[in-house]
Order: sequence, then structure tokens, then C-alpha cells
Amino acid sequence: MDLTAAALRVLLLPFVAFLVLALVAPLRRTGRWAGWLSIAAVGVAAIQALTIWVQGGRAGASWAWIPADGGPMATVGIMVDELSAAMLVLVTLVSLLVQVYSLGYLDTEPAPALGRYYTYQSLFAFSMLGLVLAPSFLQMFVFWELVGLCSYLLIGYWYDRPAAARAAVKAFWITRLGDVGFVIGIVMLWAATGTFEFAALFRMAEQHALVVDGLSTIMFLIYLGAVGKSAQFPLHVWLPDAMEGPTPVSALIHAATMVTAGVFLVARAMPLFALAPDVLVLIGWVGAFTALLAATMACVESDIKRVLAYSTVSQLGYMMAAAGAGAADAGFLHLLTHGVFKALLFLGAGAVIHAVGTNDIFRMGGLFRALPQTGIVFIVGTLALSGVWPLAGFFSKEAILAGVLEGRMVGPFLLLALTAFLTTFYMFRVVLIAFFGRPHAGVHPHDAPPLMAVPLWILAALTVGLGVRFAVVGAGDHHGPAWLAPLSLGLAAGGFLLAVAMYQRTLIDPARVAAALSPLYGLARHRYGIDALYGALYRGFLLGFSRLIGWIDRYLVDGLLNVLSAWTLRGGDVLRRVQTGQAQDYVYGVAFGVLVLLVWAQWAR
Amino acid sequence: MTVGLHAYLVLAALVFAIGLFGVLTRRNAIGILLGIELMLNAVNINLVAFARFHADLVGVIFTLFTISITVAEVGLGLAIVIAIFRVRKTIEADHLHLLRG
Amino acid sequence: MTAVPMLTLITWAPFLGALLIMFTARRSPLAVRLIATVSTSVSTALSLWIFVVYDREAAGFQFYEKLPLVPPLGVAYELGVDGMSLLMVLLTSIIIFAGVFASWTIAVRSQEFYALLLVLVTGVYGVFVSLDLFVFFLFYELAVLPMYLLIGIWGSSGEIRPRGIFAWAVRETGVGTKEYAAMKLTLYLLFGSAFILVGIFALYVTAGAASFSFVDLEVATFDPGVQRWVFLAFYVGFGILAGIWPLHTWSPDGHASAPTAVSMLHAGVLMKLGAYGVVRLGMGLLPEGTRELAWLMGTVACINIVYGALSAMAQTDLKYVIAYSSVSHMGIVMLGAATLTEAGLNGSVFQMFAHGIMTGLFFALVGLVYEKAHSREIFKMGGFGRAMPGIATAFTVGGLSSLGLPATAGFVAEILTFMGAWRSAHAWWLFPAVAGTFLTAVYVLRVARQIFWGPASPHFHNLVDARGPEWVALVVLVAVLVIFGMVPALALAPVDIATVPLLARILGP
Repeated sequence: MDLTAAALRVLLLPFVAFLVLALVAPLRRTGRWAGWLSIAAVGVAAIQALTIWVQGGRAGASWAWIPADGGPMATVGIMVDELSAAMLVLVTLVSLLVQVYSLGYLDTEPAPALGRYYTYQSLFAFSMLGLVLAPSFLQMFVFWELVGLCSYLLIGYWYDRPAAARAAVKAFWITRLGDVGFVIGIVMLWAATGTFEFAALFRMAEQHALVVDGLSTIMFLIYLGAVGKSAQFPLHVWLPDAMEGPTPVSALIHAATMVTAGVFLVARAMPLFALAPDVLVLIGWVGAFTALLAATMACVESDIKRVLAYSTVSQLGYMMAAAGAGAADAGFLHLLTHGVFKALLFLGAGAVIHAVGTNDIFRMGGLFRALPQTGIVFIVGTLALSGVWPLAGFFSKEAILAGVLEGRMVGPFLLLALTAFLTTFYMFRVVLIAFFGRPHAGVHPHDAPPLMAVPLWILAALTVGLGVRFAVVGAGDHHGPAWLAPLSLGLAAGGFLLAVAMYQRTLIDPARVAAALSPLYGLARHRYGIDALYGALYRGFLLGFSRLIGWIDRYLVDGLLNVLSAWTLRGGDVLRRVQTGQAQDYVYGVAFGVLVLLVWAQWAR
Repeated sequence: MTVGLHAYLVLAALVFAIGLFGVLTRRNAIGILLGIELMLNAVNINLVAFARFHADLVGVIFTLFTISITVAEVGLGLAIVIAIFRVRKTIEADHLHLLRG
Repeated sequence: MTAVPMLTLITWAPFLGALLIMFTARRSPLAVRLIATVSTSVSTALSLWIFVVYDREAAGFQFYEKLPLVPPLGVAYELGVDGMSLLMVLLTSIIIFAGVFASWTIAVRSQEFYALLLVLVTGVYGVFVSLDLFVFFLFYELAVLPMYLLIGIWGSSGEIRPRGIFAWAVRETGVGTKEYAAMKLTLYLLFGSAFILVGIFALYVTAGAASFSFVDLEVATFDPGVQRWVFLAFYVGFGILAGIWPLHTWSPDGHASAPTAVSMLHAGVLMKLGAYGVVRLGMGLLPEGTRELAWLMGTVACINIVYGALSAMAQTDLKYVIAYSSVSHMGIVMLGAATLTEAGLNGSVFQMFAHGIMTGLFFALVGLVYEKAHSREIFKMGGFGRAMPGIATAFTVGGLSSLGLPATAGFVAEILTFMGAWRSAHAWWLFPAVAGTFLTAVYVLRVARQIFWGPASPHFHNLVDARGPEWVALVVLVAVLVIFGMVPALALAPVDIATVPLLARILGP
């Protein structure tokens, strides 16, 4: 099979679906049919992606995009290798499941809105696939921005809700802030090397021919893009707010695929990052710090989707920490497994929300009895996220911890270990409060319809299946010391026990814990004031400064001009008084003028 | 006694000055027209005088032109005055200041 | 080449349309619109045609025509296009084609309106295609002057509160009224053309070839002193039209007061005329002057980008936001040119095109929103997306292009400019330029959210989406924006063959 052609088919199928939906308004307005078209496209793409992945191998092709004298200045193309093949499978598969699930989840939406939703979904699938297939920094940036656009559009799907509108714009701005660094970085890299191509850059790096002044700066700037997109501290603030979008969107874009683009970028450009070790150290520390910070915020959150969002931020920190320690493959493995079980968790949460109509875990309770299917898959996801053997999460987390240790980053390792403890705690906090606990009166939820249940079961099966496979054949080549596996399992058990003690057996009163840790608790509840800081910067600094400039423009720059013209007008006003309208006055003028001329003529002689 | 060129020029200057004085001081539009007429005739006197003393007929011919044009000008001027009178019921120059800036 | 004088046809078809409108369509508004549509369609079709058949291998000036007008002085009606002007002609065609549709609902004196609009367009075409500096200048004036009437008669007045230490001057000059805007714009541009005229005559005299032809002047050499001040004259003269800081303030007032099609044409095409003038005459004829003064051009352009974006952010009137965003985007154009690199200059020309389309789209949309809502106050609006999804979509595409989102034309222009900036002699230009795109994202999305998103505003009722002919304008502009964004080679291939020799001349061997 021709890999290039197959990859192109994978890429273009969702694009065609998008074009059809965007241009053929009647089809789009049918809603469900638009959905089925989009699902069919991404379904075929998923099969194609699977065959590419199974077959393996590398391929690539490129075409001129921006022409220039003496060869194109930039190209577009595709690049298939192990990294992109695995991503292709993840993206198409999760997309497919999420799109099917959405048909059930959004069944009460008006048809035109549903059509719009699937148009965006197709565009997103195309953009994300373009991102993972990109053979150059520039193309990656192109699709990087496009997935950002889709994220913006889908967060704002319910655009008449003010919170959704705010969240969409916030997500765009914050990621854009990171992209400022990204674009500067790739432009600098281009100026130094004359190419955007990964292949050419890697070749230079391999041959030690990549002698660039300030390579660390460049790589740091490129990393900034990843900070924004993968919600690393301090640009993580947009991701929890992005939960204003429909839940399937959160599962797909804000958990499984788009937010991992930053990790993918670092993994992809690893040969270049390897030349900037100080940046790698920074990536590791920031990643580990993000993981811990987000985990603490997840512990105090009561919105089920926000807990999952913080958990995503935390796990992204994990992946970044691995990449920073030089174990990008472990980070990437976690990216894949996390994509599966986090999508599962989000879709499970979606099923819960669909059933009870609220996001607040304290208004749920005892749901396991009413929603046994959802409960089971949600717990499978929770166990995987907590890193319980033999589920997928266990192996990828192990690989990361081992990798970080191998990289001799003890500080980040400790942070990550603490995070592992907190992860189990906050996840079981949700499970125990929402699914067990006391049922709320007057709520009669029911399990999800098949359109939603089937994707859930498939994802749960994948979570288990991947884990079993890893248990059999092993996962990656990072093997930590013998005490690592017991340690992480012990941490998970500790977290679980603490959650049980606090929320099941009520041995420990959560309120008293909160009071005991009050400064920390308060900070975490207020998101450590980071959101407030951004808000203040935006309103106070940016808008204030713009108002100042606007004032200067209107009343000083333009004001000076108005002063000039006002003086001109006044001058004219004075001069026009000479014009009395009396013909005789003019004759006086003429006569006097002649007289002056005569006198002057005499004088001059 | 022969009258020299000088005398004619002085006469013309006097007539011109009287005409100018009339144009400047008269309030009545017809008076102003008369003043203009005097000024033009002062020029005619000059022209004729020079023609006579330099024995050049061109001056005389020019004077004939001037006279005929003056007639037309007076005709036109009076027509304007009458038109203004019909509209504004006055020919006082002070009241005619539409040209004021 | 062909024997048919294509450029003459393109240039004068609208003029002919204007004459027809004035003499035949006295009482029929529909006939006025039909004549306008047909005459601009002719120009559009022909410009598309020459865009396609332009020989990209041969490069240089093609579709050449020459007719001596005043042989002793060397004035000739000399036309020709290279890759750069080719793109500008296409831009003009697209904008006026859309503009005719966007002003379909003009009710007052539509006959005179369309006639003036078409005369204006003839002037614009003429500037882009003429190779004789004298004729160039005539066309330039022809493009500038109808603006006075178009704004003064069909414009709309806004309100500016007199404040600050110069409040008395604001009051006395009547800031905010359409008459003020029209007068300001005309005076500014005429002030600029005085510089241009002096520059042209200076070149004519010092070249000593007794020819106003661009082709002749191009081969002449001027001494560095002359080059420096003539370049400065061209830069200031054309720069005013391109909205260089701090001589830009005519543009927000002018654009805000002008009727829809005029804003479209003015921001979309006329401002490009200024940039085109700097590149064509300034850079094309005065290589040494360019080299010496590029730092000034680029630095001012950086101020433009950031200052324009921040000013746009501060506005509460939708039209002013768009107008200031033009000031910011024209900064990108000037910056790209000032980098004196292939990437930068290509980016600059591409940005002229991209910004022309995008701002044309914006002004068309603002016109539509104003027509339906009778307000331009951003912060009174809200939730318009439900009532006008089409307009909201088009606005989003335009906004995304203006913040440089990939797959729209704005991105290609901006990334090329960035690349050029970092490779230029003044690498720091990159930072304000990138900052500008971030600021653009802030104000564009803020405005889009305020107007189209959120719950419906209680101030407005009976809002409707675009209808009939209005759609034509939106669809054409959006399509162009996206197509050229995805396949930039369409425009860049011809542009590149024009800019490379230009740069070679400037940078020397």
C-alpha cells in the first residue's frame, strides 16, 4: 500500500466532509444527516489510519506552497512515521467515537446548530490530522492555529451563553499568547537555517551542522507555543474554562487530541530540543510543577468537568516532564493512553451530565445504581488514570516516572509522585461522591442511549486491552528501579484510602481538612489567583493602555491637527472682514494701490 | 497763444480725479456710473491729445472705440441698476453688499 | 502581445459606465445599478483574464500600450502591468465588483453616486497601470478627488466629544461630521500629492531625458542627494495615503464617515495606492534613497502596527475599529517593503491584496450591520449571531484573516513579513509586528464576541441576515480570502517575478 496516498486519504476525507457541509447549506441544516456524513468520513479515515499504523514504515511527500526565486520558500506535505501513524489512529478513532456519541448527547439540539457542530467537527478532524502529518514547522503552525480555531468555535458552540463566549475568546487569546513565541521561534529558525522542514533540520542536527546562535532561545520560544496549547503553567488558565463547550468537545479537543499537540510538538522536534538541554530542563520542571499545581486545584473543584480538565492539565504536565527528562517516547506513550482513557472519562461524565442535568458533583450521588453501565466505565477510566495495574495508564505512568528518574531529575520526580497520590485522591473523590453517596431525591436518571453507550464501552475495552497488551509485551524501554512499581501502586492506594476515609466512611471530615489547610485550600479554590491576575492585566493594563493610546490619538495627534485647522479657520475669519461687499471700498483699494505704485515707481527711479 | 500738451494732460487728470471722487463718494449707483463715465472721458482726452501732438491717428481711432464701448457700458450699467432697483427697491450703493465675505 | 488594448479597456470601462449613467439612466435606479454592474463586470472579467494570461516566464511589463500625448515634453499615455500591478488591478476589480453590490440600497441620488464611484475606479485602475508619471499623477488625482463628494454628500456623521486641552479646536472644526471628514481627507491627500508632484518633476528635470516614462526613468541614475530627498517626498506623499503614523488621522474619520462602498474602496484599494506608489516610484526609481531611508520606513511601520492596534482596541464605534485596524495592517505592508528582502517585499504586496479584500469585507459587513441595526455602537449590540448567522460567519472569516489565521490570505502575508523582518538589517522589527497580530486577535475577537455572541441585546428588534445582492459581495470576498490563503502561489508567483528584480536593483550587485 502506498503510505503517502493512504495518509492523504486520511487527511482529505474529513476535509471533503467539511467542504460539503460548509457549502451545501440544505444538507447542513438537516443536522443528523450532516452528522452521519461527518461520521462516515472520519470512520473511513479511521480504518485507513489503522492500516497505515499496522503496516508501519515511513513515507513523505511535499509540494511547493509559497513560491520564491530559486525554490519554494515553504512547502506543504505529509510525513508518515511511527509518531504520526500512532497519532493518526488516536485522532481518527477518538474523533469517530466522539462524533457518534455526540449524536446521542446533542439529540435535543436544533438541527441547524447540530449541522454547524458537525461542520466544525470535520474541520477539526482535518486540522488535527494535518498537524500530526506536518513535515515542517510552518505547516505544523498552520494546522496548530486551525485546531485552535476549531477549539474556539466549539467552545463557543452555545454562543449565546455569555460564559461560553467568554471562555472561547479566552482560550483563543491565551493559546495565541503562546503562539506569539512559537511563530517568532520558527521565523528565527528559518532565518538561521533557511528551512522549515523537519527532515532537513534533523539532518543538520545529526551532522552537528546546526550551529545557530541562540538556539536555546529559539527552542524556548517554540516551546512557548506548546505551553499555550498544552495548558502548561502559566498559560493553563484557559483549559478549565474551555469546559463551557459541549462535553464531547471537551473529550475530543480538550483532553484527547488538541491539547496534546504541545507534547507532540516537543516529541516531534526532540532532535532539536536535545541540542538545547537547558530548555529541556525547564520543560521538565514546568511540566512537573504544572502536574502538581493542577492536581491540587482538581482536589477542591466541585464541577465534574472541571475536575477532569484540571486532571488533563496535570497529565499534560506529566507528559511534558517526561519529554523534558529526555524520555519523550514515554511522554508520547502516555499521550496515547491518556487520550483513550481521558476521552472515556469525559464521555462518561457527559453521560452523567446528560442524565442528571448538572455538573456539580455535590448534586449527584448514588448514581451507580441508576447508571450501572456509566458507573462501570467511569471507574475503569478512573483506575486507568490512577495508574492501577493492569490498565493502560499504569504502564505509561511507570514509563514516565522511570524516564524522569533516568534523566536524573529528582525534583520533578518527587513532584510527580506527589501528583500520582493526589490524582487517585481527586478521582475517587468524584467517583465516591457522584456514584456512591446518598442519592438525591426527585432525580430519576437513566443509563445512556446506545449511541452514547457504545463509544463508552469501546473506549473502556481499549483501556483494558491496551493495558493487557502492555502487560504481555511490555511498554517502551524505560525500566525504573524495582521499587518504582510498588511505590506508585502504594501512592495510588494511599490516595484511594484517603478518599474513602473522607468521602465514604466519613472518618475524616472534609470541612476540617479544608480548615486545617485553609490558606492552601483557599488559594486552590481561587485558582492561585492566576486567572485574576490575567484578568487584571487584561483590563487594567491592556485595555487601559489602549484607552490611553486612543485618547492620545484622538485628542493629541489629531488634536494638533485640529488646532492647525482651527487657526486656519480663525485666520480666514479675520481676513474675510476685508471683503465688505461695498464696491466703493474696493475702488478705494485700487486707487490707493495705484498711488502706492506711483510713489514706489518715483522712488525706485 | 498755443495750448501745450501739458494743459491737456492736466485737464484730463483733473477730470479723472473728479470722476474718481464721484465714484468713491456717491451713494447713488447712477452717480457712480457718471463718475466712471468721467474717468473714461479723461482717458479719451489723453488719447486725443497725444494723437494730436504726436500726429498719430491711432489714438483717435482708439478714442472712437472707447466712446462706443463706453456707450455700451453705460447701457449695460443702467440696465443692471434698473434690474437691481426692481428687485431691491433701492439703488443706494451702501445697501448693495451681497459680495461681503 | 494581443492587439486589443486590454488595459485601456479595463481602465476606461467604468468611466464609460459613469458617462452612460449620467446621460441615460436619469430616472431608473435599476438601470443605474445594471450599468454599474455591467461596466465593472467587464473590468473584472478582463482583469481576471490578464491575470491568467500574463506571461510568468517573460515577466516585466506586459499588455504594453503607448500613445504620445505631448511629445515635446515627453508625456505619453503609456500603460503596462507587471506582476505587482497585475495583482493590484485584480484587487481593484474584486473590490469594486463587490462594492457595487454592497451599495445596492443607496437611495439618495444613486445616479450621481454610482457615476462618481465609477470615475474613482477609473482613476485607481489608471494609477496601477500607467507607466508615465505624468499620466500616473493625473489618474492619482482622479482617484482622490471624487472622494470629497462621495463622503460629503453620502457620508454619515458621528459624534466626537470635545475633550482635552484642544477641545476648543475640536468644537470649532466640527470633528465627527461628514463634512469635516471629507475636507480632512481631501486636504490631507492633496497635501501629499503636492509632495508627489514635486518629486516627479524633480526626477523629470534631473534625469534630463525629457521623458516622464517610468521605463526611461528607471534606467536613469540620480545622485544620492536627490535620491534621498525625492524618496522622502514620495514616502511622505504616498505614505499619507497609506496611513503612515502620525499622518494617519484622516483615515479613521474618513472611513467612518464614508458610505459603505466608498469605505470599501478607500480602505481596500486607495490606501494600497499609497503603498504601491512608495514601492513602485520610491523603491523602483530610487534604489539608494530606499537603502538609506528604509530604517525610517520600517520603524514608522512598527509604530503603525502597534499603535493602530491599540487605538482600534480603544474604539467603541464599529467603523472606527475597522478603520484603525487598517492603520495597523498598512503598517505590515510598509514594514514588509522596508525589510528589503524577498520574503518581506512579497509579504508586503500580498498584504496589500489580502488587507484590501479583508477590509473590503469588513466595511461591507459594517455597512450591513448598520443598515439592519441603525447603530455602530459596539457595546450596545449583542447576540446578533442568531439573527444574522451569515453576516456573523463572514465577519469571523474576515476577523480571522486580519489576525493572521492560517488558511486565510492574512496569514501568508504576515508570516512572509515576519520572515523578512527577521532577515532585514533591523531584526527587532519582528517583535512589534508579531505583537501587533496578538493585539489584533484581542480586539477583533472582543468585537466579534460583543456583537455576535452572547444573549440578544434588548436594544434591537427585527434584525435580518444579508439578502439578495448583498450576499454577492460577502461570498465573493470571503471566497477570495480563503482561496488565496490556501493557495498563495496564485498571487505570489507573478508578484515574485516583479519583486526579485526590484530588490536586485536596490541591493545592488
